[in-house]
Amino acid sequence: MWAILSILVENKPGILFKVTHLFRSRNFNIDSISVGITENPDYSKMTITTYGDEKQIDQIVKQLDKMIDTVKVEHLDEHKTVFRELCLFKIKLSNANDSMEINKLANAYGGKVHDVKKDSIMVELTATPDQIKVFEELAKPFGILDIVRTGVAALQRSGA
Amino acid sequence: MNKMETMTGAKALMTAMEKEGVKQVFGLPGGANLPMYDEFARCDIRHILTRHEQSAAHMADGFGRVSRKPGVCFATSGPGATNILTGIATAQADSAPMIAVTGQVPVAMIGKDAFQESDIIGMANPVVKYAFQPRSAGEIPEIVKKGFFIAGSGRPGPVLIDIPKDVQTNEEPMNFPDEFKIQGYHPWADPDIVNVEKAIDMLLHAEKPIILAGGGTIISSAFAELQSVAEILMLPVVTTFKGKGAFPENHPLSLGPIGMHGHAEANKMMSEADCVLAIGTRFSDRSVGTFEAFEKRLKIIHMDVDPAEIGKNQTAQIPVIGDVRVNLRVMVKLLLQRVIKKSEETPWIKHVKETKSYWKENLKLHPGEMGAAKILRKLRELLPKEAVVTTEVGQHQMWASLFYDVIQPGTFFSSTGLGTMGWGFPAAIGAKVARPDVPVVDIAGDGSFAMTENSLATAVLEDIPVIVFVLNNSTLGMVAQWQRTFYDRRMIGVDQKRCPDYVKLAESYGAQGIRAQSMDELDKAIKTAISSDVATVIDIPIDPEEDVLPFVAPGTSLADMILPS
Repeated sequence: MWAILSILVENKPGILFKVTHLFRSRNFNIDSISVGITENPDYSKMTITTYGDEKQIDQIVKQLDKMIDTVKVEHLDEHKTVFRELCLFKIKLSNANDSMEINKLANAYGGKVHDVKKDSIMVELTATPDQIKVFEELAKPFGILDIVRTGVAALQRSGA
Repeated sequence: MNKMETMTGAKALMTAMEKEGVKQVFGLPGGANLPMYDEFARCDIRHILTRHEQSAAHMADGFGRVSRKPGVCFATSGPGATNILTGIATAQADSAPMIAVTGQVPVAMIGKDAFQESDIIGMANPVVKYAFQPRSAGEIPEIVKKGFFIAGSGRPGPVLIDIPKDVQTNEEPMNFPDEFKIQGYHPWADPDIVNVEKAIDMLLHAEKPIILAGGGTIISSAFAELQSVAEILMLPVVTTFKGKGAFPENHPLSLGPIGMHGHAEANKMMSEADCVLAIGTRFSDRSVGTFEAFEKRLKIIHMDVDPAEIGKNQTAQIPVIGDVRVNLRVMVKLLLQRVIKKSEETPWIKHVKETKSYWKENLKLHPGEMGAAKILRKLRELLPKEAVVTTEVGQHQMWASLFYDVIQPGTFFSSTGLGTMGWGFPAAIGAKVARPDVPVVDIAGDGSFAMTENSLATAVLEDIPVIVFVLNNSTLGMVAQWQRTFYDRRMIGVDQKRCPDYVKLAESYGAQGIRAQSMDELDKAIKTAISSDVATVIDIPIDPEEDVLPFVAPGTSLADMILPS
């Protein structure tokens, strides 16, 4: 199963290293990771997405919780969570219509277009990993030159 | 509020350690920790010089396990720090409280590949409970306070404090706090009365219940509580190897350790049980064999102070999180309230007793005069019950598990998790510092002893008279046994060729060396060593072909023991 973990940590140097090292040394996998400071500058929040069966996810949460630098570790229910990832695509322009087609596609997915050049165009998309995957499939026929993703950021809905 | 006194980081370190009750430090000086060493001239902490930093860590480890207070070791930067890494990893694997203090190159030099620079914080991260690197001298008092608390509380472990040289020498106003906060650390849970109650019901309804006591039972000193539970519920007690001696091994309900080289009766009964009260154990592969076979058959009640151990290797029907002594006390109290007293004559208990006496009589032992069983039983016979025993790692260790009965709980220690050859001797030195009033014996093999034998210098010069009891088969015996068993007797890289002569080696260090080639000589040697005020090496030549049996081959279940033919 795919799991979204939200980890509140003390904002000190070296903690990202320790968290990622834990995944490596315990034979867990990181699917995506994003980190940023919170409203309180003493803390950072990490969102890590990972795969595993229920037992493995439970073990990952416990091992993260055991870390002294982690303040709170939550396994978020994706149905009660807003989770998004920012992705930048650089797409090839071969035909005269391509630019317009890609613009349409980007609009359909709530994306923005940047850096329109003679033979390439950049699309910024903020969406769920599944939506990004669908967009990627649709963009593939044009020719994808480059992709960069931020990893998922997730926040539980109020009252959930 | 304390009055702020200005002092150097090095002085603050020593002052803070004195406040923690530190009486001695095991270590080795070098360029990057000289300011800290200079403070030994001005404080009451004893410095015990070792000949290798790894041994310093093992000594601190041995001291910590016996005294249940963190032992302290010092090493310099670079190779000094990397040398203690094995010692730190050993302490982590066995949940032993330890403070390791390393020197580091000055802050401005970090990351410049300076002379004797190593990123010990990065290297040690996966094998420490926590690591600190103060960047200013003023941080040191609180770091020491937190470090000792983290190392000794909850599930104990090693804490590394890596101090850059300029942080040692800088003078700053120091505040020695009485209180501190570590937000993400909750070492203790409240007693879990609900689950303890459920556990009692499960044990009462089981047909063939058993107790499996692990190392956590010893760490939390839950000896009396364990014995009460076993006696009230008439439960046979097996232990893990790390839990050996959590329960007196001469008790009628004791079956001894299970595992790869567990007692036959312990493995048999563990394999037949239908419900286990597992106390302070992580169900290591060496203890339970294949995880799947174990879990399918058994209902498991798992008591542990570390929530991450619940469900890591085995799924528990009833988890009881928290200090095992606290929860066992609750269990005893509830049992007494319910006036439960099980009969001694349940079919299960009868079967357990029959199995135990069968194996006591029928396990085939080495026929020679100097077989391992005879040697270790002789040692047991002559040592007082309060004597502390450590072991190295290998055949001798497993023979000790099989044939050296621990009578007084908490007097047997071994590198069980990491399996560090060379641990036993320096750990015995640390143990002797903690318990100078009792004999301390390192049950050793010649292969392991070779790894840290230079600690003889420490034992002699620092007047720490421990006994090294070497079962000398002139072979890396356990490897040889696997080569005989699994590699068609292709003996590669195991022959030690009687080198060195351990009697002469001991004498060259100013220790006492005695060779014992018969039971009479052994009897005399042990008595001489016990009454001696100098460290003694007893060299006991044994048959290099003797195997440790029973043997549960890796990846098989406890029921499939290889027995002596």
